[in-house]
Amino acid sequence: MLTEVTGQKALARLQVLAVYVEDLPGVLTRVASLFRRRLFNIASLTVGHTDQPGVSRMTIVMEGDDADALRCEANLYRLVNVLRVENVTHLPAVIRDLALVKVRCPVSARREVLEVCDVFRARVVDMSLDAVIIESTGTEDKIEGLLDLLRPFGIIEMVRTGSVAITRGVDALSVDPQFVHATVPEAVDSSDGGQGGTNVL
Amino acid sequence: MERKGADILWDTLVHAGVEVVFGYPGGAILPAYDALLDSPIRHVLARHEQGAAHMADGYARASGRLGVAIATSGPGATNLVTGIANAMLDSSPVLFITGQVPSWMLGRDAFQEVDMTGITLPITKHNYLVSEASELGHVLEEAIYVACSGRPGPVLVDITKDAMQQSASFAPGTKPVRLPGYRPDLRALPEEFDRAVSMIDEAKRPVVLAGRGVLQSGASDDLLAFLEKTQVPAALTLLGLGCIPASHPLNLGMMGMHGEAWVNLAIQEADLIVALGMRFDDRVTGNLAAYARGARKIHVEIDPSEINKNVQIDVGIVGDIRETLQRLMSRVTAKRRDTWLARIDDMKGDSAVRDIQSLPDNGRLLAAHVISDLWNATQGKALVITDVGQHQMWVAQYYHQETPHRFITSGGLGTMGFGVPAAIGAKIARPDEEVWAVVGDGGFQMTAAELTTCTQEGLKINIALINNGCLGMVRQWQEFFYSKRYAATKLVNPDFVKLAEAHGLAAWRVEQRADVRAAVERARLEPGSVLIDFRVEQEDSVYPMVPAGAGLEDMIRRPSPIVETSQSDW
Repeated sequence: MLTEVTGQKALARLQVLAVYVEDLPGVLTRVASLFRRRLFNIASLTVGHTDQPGVSRMTIVMEGDDADALRCEANLYRLVNVLRVENVTHLPAVIRDLALVKVRCPVSARREVLEVCDVFRARVVDMSLDAVIIESTGTEDKIEGLLDLLRPFGIIEMVRTGSVAITRGVDALSVDPQFVHATVPEAVDSSDGGQGGTNVL
Repeated sequence: MERKGADILWDTLVHAGVEVVFGYPGGAILPAYDALLDSPIRHVLARHEQGAAHMADGYARASGRLGVAIATSGPGATNLVTGIANAMLDSSPVLFITGQVPSWMLGRDAFQEVDMTGITLPITKHNYLVSEASELGHVLEEAIYVACSGRPGPVLVDITKDAMQQSASFAPGTKPVRLPGYRPDLRALPEEFDRAVSMIDEAKRPVVLAGRGVLQSGASDDLLAFLEKTQVPAALTLLGLGCIPASHPLNLGMMGMHGEAWVNLAIQEADLIVALGMRFDDRVTGNLAAYARGARKIHVEIDPSEINKNVQIDVGIVGDIRETLQRLMSRVTAKRRDTWLARIDDMKGDSAVRDIQSLPDNGRLLAAHVISDLWNATQGKALVITDVGQHQMWVAQYYHQETPHRFITSGGLGTMGFGVPAAIGAKIARPDEEVWAVVGDGGFQMTAAELTTCTQEGLKINIALINNGCLGMVRQWQEFFYSKRYAATKLVNPDFVKLAEAHGLAAWRVEQRADVRAAVERARLEPGSVLIDFRVEQEDSVYPMVPAGAGLEDMIRRPSPIVETSQSDW
């Protein structure tokens, strides 16, 4: 799915960021607002719970080159509610979209539609006299391919999730995140709730 | 012990060391004002919430501590917005507290309801909406911590009226602030650090660019030691002025749009730029494609998102400037760089001849002369606050800063109307210092109502009103870039002397250069606040000037008094 896209930037491509955020009201707005005002283009954004209470995970696909992604990452870290950002674009990762497609399908076309689904390993999840609903997960390319073949039958409506991504292998995203140009010092003492140490005079 | 939310608010601020807040009451914030009467905190009543915001910002900059501004919901809150953006752009630690309609009315367009956290999302470092008294104390401690730590900035806490009226138990300072996603303490990667050291050692024509971060991390002495050891000259941003003495031979002066010619030329000829706590603003770089093309670049910044934002950086070092300089100091090699320093000296050329200070008094009062004379009369020791415009640039050029933290100005946002309220905040922060607000006649009128705040608070500030009867900087741009088509820049002004007197200030007018110094002396002797209406030359321009978008070497120089220029009205 990481195809070259044509745009103003030479060699612009899609960047996939996995972003852990605190599950608090307004966090999605903060992230979306950041992308808008820094003029980063979001191709897709998905959010969902993680297995850790209070933590949500976003998969953000943005248009841009590696430098744009670094800039975006650094800006995401400016948001107090952003816990972790990892650019998985260049990591071995499984990246999936989900699509639900309602296709016009009279009995006469049923066999053909089912054949297409079979080839694309898509599932029919609902069927009525005149239509079927098809569920497909896969890369964006695969879903595009499926849609191309379903279009002649007549797509009544469809919904897609945008990409979700997870890296391959046994490791979770690195425990100690590498911040842009920086590391976290050994002992983090943020217990100083007052203004201690901030008097610059 | 159960306390009302409003009491928790003030308890928490007192515990955090807050002594004064600037604000304006109203419906939704009334519970807080009621509780304020039982708190030791001093409240300064502004005449407009924007004034309160700038006062808190001025207080923060002058004291190096948290500034606090408070306003009611709706219009009170939206009036703060310019002040919040101003604090954001200049990384000023200010806590903004706004009242909000009761929680059960939220989202229903209630009377005086605006979505304040939504409005301020892009112009605060962080913000909060609190609708439970039980959360209030902890949120405030978090907010203060975020505002003051790392790269400082404004934080807004929007509190519903019922959260202030409910009771809850909270003991300030007992529960540590825990913000798992907030990293104000990032450190440079060791390999980047090594590369920086060797680049500095190898450089033939290095220049340090020092910004407000140097002042904010208290790194003045460390910077000076570093410069003296390495013999690297430093150029300063507008907000970095004062971080090293103006008279120091390694201090080149201010860079950028209105920087002196040799400063910008040195940057353009440099083979290494070491940027410290500055952010390559477009007013500093000019045309990015033509900016310091021959230089490798090291950028030391506490905020990683500034690195590689505008200028491609070779080595990015994240961290506190002071700590970084101390680490660099022990590793860099002591050097002499006489050839490079001599070359920069050559670049000065006839600049001294062209300097306005060398111009004889021709009977017309020039703003730069007023500021130069003010500098002389106060021995350069006043705490100077400016508004925004031509006078601001002349203060930057002619009120030479020998010591840190004596110059307060609105840099990033360029907020007209900042001067007088910021001076009030600065005077309250440093009551024993001589405070001069240098303002233009345009910006002054945007927040002139705050003169009464001076009187009500019994403050002694001095206002040098640089009155040229027009919006000088805009007029200058029209002269240079819009064929002298002066659209909406001529001002019909009130009688500023009477205006100031009506607000309880002493005021008089000065029209001759010969009278400037005596006027300054007289102002210093006046017990109360003073406004001097300096009637200066109208068609005067700030030089040198790098036109917006031009390369730094393409500056418009000061007209030479020797070689007569064709534009005789310059």
